[in-house]
Amino acid sequence: MSPSRTDSATRNASPTAPPAAERTALRHPKDLLLREDRLPHIWCPTCGIGTCVASFIEAIAETGIPEEKFAVISGIGCTGRVAGYVKLDSFHTTHGRAIPYATGLHLAHPEMKVVVFSGDGDLVAIGGNHLIHAARRNLDITIICVNNFIYGMTGGQLAPTTPHTARTTTSPKGNWEYPFNVPHLVASCGATYVARWTSLHVRRMRQAMREAILKRGFSLVEIIAPCSTLYARKNRLGTGYDLMKFYHDNCEVRHGADTKELDIEFQQKIAVGKFVDVEKPTFLDRIGAGRKK
Amino acid sequence: MRFWRTPLDRDKFECPHGQVFIIVERCKGCAFCVEYCPRGVLEISEKFNKKGYHYPVAVREGACVDCNLCEVICPEFAIYTECRNECAEDEAAEEASAQPEGGEGTS
Ligand SMILES: Cc1ncc(C[n+]2csc(CCOP(=O)(O)OP(=O)(O)O)c2C)c(N)n1
Ligand code: SF4
Ligand code: SF4
Ligand code: SF4
Ligand SMILES: [Mg+2]
Repeated sequence: MSPSRTDSATRNASPTAPPAAERTALRHPKDLLLREDRLPHIWCPTCGIGTCVASFIEAIAETGIPEEKFAVISGIGCTGRVAGYVKLDSFHTTHGRAIPYATGLHLAHPEMKVVVFSGDGDLVAIGGNHLIHAARRNLDITIICVNNFIYGMTGGQLAPTTPHTARTTTSPKGNWEYPFNVPHLVASCGATYVARWTSLHVRRMRQAMREAILKRGFSLVEIIAPCSTLYARKNRLGTGYDLMKFYHDNCEVRHGADTKELDIEFQQKIAVGKFVDVEKPTFLDRIGAGRKK
Repeated sequence: MRFWRTPLDRDKFECPHGQVFIIVERCKGCAFCVEYCPRGVLEISEKFNKKGYHYPVAVREGACVDCNLCEVICPEFAIYTECRNECAEDEAAEEASAQPEGGEGTS
């Protein structure tokens, strides 16, 4: 489903229809929620971020909430560019600080649906503290974390999500560290909705995003996505096309799995699914309750 | 596609058929749409766009069921489909041209 399927004759100026197999167009139905003048975007061929944005646009349409009620906040990074491509209220903030901006916006405008759309480095490395405290407070915001296991924008440095033994620019002999298990991190801090999918699972990802947006409370959707230019290349995994095939063959749907068991090992099975979906008073609910006393 | 038994309410259901549109200059030739289209509608063209990427073409458009997967999986917002409702005629035409690979049922 797309935001609105207006007749292509009105969208595309060309009056003469070319033969069936070569029917080209100038505009896309999703352009209604995209800053078209900025397309094509900067993401590399076979990068997974664009697919996440396509699913996100569908999820927004599916919620039925008017688009002026949405605000998208991104930090810095390749994924951080999302705020600049969506035609919604958006903030492109400083590195790691998307959640503080989102917190302020949410508290000042509780009627807005505040979505933080950013990368693993931005949200879990430099922004890690904001992430855990937003989850602890149960702020009613949604986090979409595109986890490509690396700092894409700055040249492929090690991230706290890089799997053990994976090679990056700053771990040329393979990563020695234990990576973060993002769903477990936020679940243990009190998140009320936690799911993980990959950029291959377009429909499940859309459903998870919709549920996360509609959730009253802190929600996070982690999306494993290919970084073709750095992660795939440094690890000789081919391109994003090959990583999509890898996800196809190696993802296991495990709804409700114990988040402790969701560690990601280098090129091993990836557990995906919805892991947490609980109800709990939000930060604003608690402020309200405190005031009444 | 020939049915061994025609479902009694077949005439009440219209199988969706899609028309494929491609925004050639946005495509970066990733081939996700070609790989994941469940009906094998698309193929990468011999031709390429201004940036040198080979874009997809709908070589078996008659088989498109407007499932919209190509549109969502495309990272570039470069392909989409629209439903056309001339299903009955098209199915007849398809049956006549006897598609060789027709696996599962079309309605
Ligand atoms: C305060 C500050 N420190 C460091 C940087 C450099 N920097 C820009 S993006 C980035 C990492 C982005 O990684 P991630 O969030 O995973 O995004 P990706 O590019 O992988 O989508 C870094 C370290 C910066 N812009 N600002
Ligand atoms: S560097 Fe990696 S994450 Fe960034 S656009 Fe390219 S493929 Fe995507
Ligand atoms: S709408 Fe579905 S069947 Fe039609 S071309 Fe796209 S993926 Fe294939
Ligand atoms: S998925 Fe999009 S970018 Fe990739 S080949 Fe198809 S139309 Fe081009
Ligand atoms: Mg990253």
